[in-house]
Amino acid sequence: MADADTQREAVLTAIDRVADRLEDERSYLTELDSAIGDADHGSNLSRGFRAAADEVADSDDDVGEIVKTIGVTLISKVGGASGPLYGGSIMSASQELDDGLTADTSIAFAEAYLQKVLDRGDARVGAKTMVDALTPAVHSYKKSIEVDDLPPLTAFAKAVEAAEAGVAFTVPLRAEKGRASFLGWRSVGHQDPGATSTLFIMEELLATAEQYLEGETDVDAAAPTEPEADPDEIDGGDA
Amino acid sequence: MIGLVVVSHSQKAAEGICEIAAQMGGKAPIEPAGGDDGEIGTDTTTIKNAIESADDGQGVVVLVDLGSAVMNAELAIEMGDTQAVIADAPVLEGALNAAVEATNDAATMDSVVEKAEDAREYHKVN
Repeated sequence: MADADTQREAVLTAIDRVADRLEDERSYLTELDSAIGDADHGSNLSRGFRAAADEVADSDDDVGEIVKTIGVTLISKVGGASGPLYGGSIMSASQELDDGLTADTSIAFAEAYLQKVLDRGDARVGAKTMVDALTPAVHSYKKSIEVDDLPPLTAFAKAVEAAEAGVAFTVPLRAEKGRASFLGWRSVGHQDPGATSTLFIMEELLATAEQYLEGETDVDAAAPTEPEADPDEIDGGDA
Repeated sequence: MIGLVVVSHSQKAAEGICEIAAQMGGKAPIEPAGGDDGEIGTDTTTIKNAIESADDGQGVVVLVDLGSAVMNAELAIEMGDTQAVIADAPVLEGALNAAVEATNDAATMDSVVEKAEDAREYHKVN
């Protein structure tokens, strides 16, 4: 991918977009969590990700270190189960980005993140948790790149689609983990808040990847010719 | 002496369980780590600080209530430098057993964990 400065800029853009999105979705996530949890998912996540974005905003560290700082900040600011699940897993997986952000390291990061969530939460697919969105997304992403040889951006778009399907899959399931499991059959028919916030985060990562990778593709594809009139391409080029 | 930490979603519950346990195991250092910023919940930093306070060099056994208490306690142990383990036990009965065992001069981390975990077998109505 791009040089270290561009990678840093992309990661900072991504965390800022995620923080904005979770602020926008705070009421919705809280509403989902009121049905089957303790009604704090929206406020905990939006507070934590905003604090994480602020913490790294002026950083000139490399991406691995920035992502680690994001994880550590989430651990201290999010609380509940989401602190260790999001923050602890990001912190732990961040070492995969120590050599920078490439297609290969992004797969390694995604796999390490998923594994840490599985270990920490002791959950499996079908337990009505974030694992139901995360697992198909990570599997799809890895397969798209390593087997189908698709560009990372296309692979990420397919991963987001897989996460969407995973979120829908949580609705009819009975919860086996977390506060929702205490509700037993009453948890059936409700969408899992953790799977939903995982999807929102991935959508913002995709939007950031589009901003940076489409620009890169355009620059690569178009030889140094006359500027295009298409505003999308100009935006991409600016990124 | 082995230290103890009681992690609960409720600060009051954590403090209350420590009071009950301390009545029987007065000498053992026992620290509550309850709530998240005054709200119901659990918090890694609160637990990490409690583990450090309870440790006099011989290690700490951690009693936990539900769900996120386990995850935050695991993370607090991983991020800290103190030797600490979670007992797989009911939080109140386990804390009481652990406090009694910890006051024995011969107590070890293993023996405290074992006594705490004995509480899994308790029946209250026969």
